[in-house]
Amino acid sequence: MPLTAKTPGVRAVRRSGLWNWLGVLPFLLFAAMFLVAPTLYLFIGAFQNTTGAFTLDNIFALAGKDIADAYSLSIRLSLVSAGLGAITGLLLACAIVLGGLPKWLRPAFLTFSGVASNFAGIPLAFAFIATIGPLGIVTVLLRNLLGFNLSSTGFNLFSFTGLAVTYLYFQLPLMVLIITPALDGLKKEWNEAALILGATNMQYWRMVALPVLAPTILGCFLLLFANAFGTLATIYALTSSRFSVVPIVLFQQIRGNVLYNPNLGYALALGMVVITGLSNVIYLVLRARTEKWQK
Amino acid sequence: MKKGFPLVSTIIVIISALFFLVPLYATFQFSLQALRGQLSFEAYNVVFADPRFLSTVSFSIIASAAAIVLGSIVVVPTAYWVRLKLPKFRPVIEFITLLPLIVPPIVLVFGYIRLYGSNSMLPLLNDDLGTNLLLVIGYVVLSLPYMYRSIDNGLSVIDIATLTEAAEILGASRLRTIWEVIFPNVRSAIVSGAFLTFSISFGEFVLASLLDRDAFGPYLVLIGEDLAYEPAALATMSFALTWGMMILMQLFASRKPGQRLLSRKSPPTAIAPAQKAAA
Repeated sequence: MPLTAKTPGVRAVRRSGLWNWLGVLPFLLFAAMFLVAPTLYLFIGAFQNTTGAFTLDNIFALAGKDIADAYSLSIRLSLVSAGLGAITGLLLACAIVLGGLPKWLRPAFLTFSGVASNFAGIPLAFAFIATIGPLGIVTVLLRNLLGFNLSSTGFNLFSFTGLAVTYLYFQLPLMVLIITPALDGLKKEWNEAALILGATNMQYWRMVALPVLAPTILGCFLLLFANAFGTLATIYALTSSRFSVVPIVLFQQIRGNVLYNPNLGYALALGMVVITGLSNVIYLVLRARTEKWQK
Repeated sequence: MKKGFPLVSTIIVIISALFFLVPLYATFQFSLQALRGQLSFEAYNVVFADPRFLSTVSFSIIASAAAIVLGSIVVVPTAYWVRLKLPKFRPVIEFITLLPLIVPPIVLVFGYIRLYGSNSMLPLLNDDLGTNLLLVIGYVVLSLPYMYRSIDNGLSVIDIATLTEAAEILGASRLRTIWEVIFPNVRSAIVSGAFLTFSISFGEFVLASLLDRDAFGPYLVLIGEDLAYEPAALATMSFALTWGMMILMQLFASRKPGQRLLSRKSPPTAIAPAQKAAA
């Protein structure tokens, strides 16, 4: 007898299987309606013209001067802020994990990092205006006490450098949070073995520790990059709309169709997701590889 | 490694600590300078006297609280069900919950505006209630990665299979099991997820601004454009609030499941009398 849905045993299995799937249905429906569908809607629109016919024009239009400039600015800012964050974060994590400092420093910095990595946003912009803005406490203090004029160095909070420094306030802690487990994973035996074999501390770092950490560091760098790339509120509060990074252009496009072509806006959104998506996927792949390798 | 005084580490730690703490202190100091030549809480008085401050803050608190409730309702049963019945499906669900890290908020809200606008099948944006709902849903989506991970971690330390079996033997329905057994046991995980949800949505700007809501984020930007010292006062208060929430979260997170912060009647004890009756 062939197994059909009418065979009693099969029906029971089928029903319990279906019942199991019903349990996650609300979640899948929620994700489909409010995460996947809205994003896909924009992606499809990116490949359509205003009449709804298929076209690649919008994708090509991303190479137009203004939009290419916005992407270039966004990518440069994100690269610089991710690079700064990755290096300083790695240094701080090394100092608190391996530096031989008092034990209480580690939980203190990790807890603080947990909070500070979420500080991106408008209050952060206000804090930096109050600190190193034209009338900020530190700016005034430097001028009055040391006669040092911060702006004479060419520094301006509302510029590329200023934004990179401001971003560092959430990038550095994020790096500390995600690199600390990897530093914990460096086995003491490796260091001892290297030293017994006559390596200097420098050589141990250059030839053992850094190669082991390299994929993790690269992965963290990409995560920081994606993190900076999607940031809008901080930059908007600091510079209004004068600093045309991609999120700002998209923000203005949504507000008032400044590109005069809704479908070009969709392509802009697609480009953002491709960049943040790629960075995140490479990060996840690198992390999975190191985790497998360290077992 | 050399066992001398860790000079380099000390310097790194001091510089980092200064970088972290100076802006916090400077913000507070700056907020006290509203009156020329003296320190005062004038900026705070101005803020509190502004009716828009109270209305936007209460709007954002309600929206964040709604996002926490909706987020728990969406995530807890799902994470529980996947662990119990569909373990093979877990990576897929986990991947979906990580998607909001890939889709920037600006893209998400752009999609909402196009998909739920006035000409769509589900025109949520046509009225205030629908728009508020969409804002809350957006916050749930933005905090999904943190909420899911927090609750999934919470579930991993309790034996949900045994708890479920016990509840079933005692005659509890699925929903009652989730509501009266699973929810109370992951309460501290929900609280830590709730903290992150709150810190993401309370001062959130992009969604609130583009959905045209009178929330705290857009209000902050408005104040930042017009005034000098009041923004610092607002930033100080919002940092203080974040730290307060963090401390509360630590208090909750350090509790074991079932242990209560304040002793009061709570659902899990409902099992105990039933067990006695069965014996």
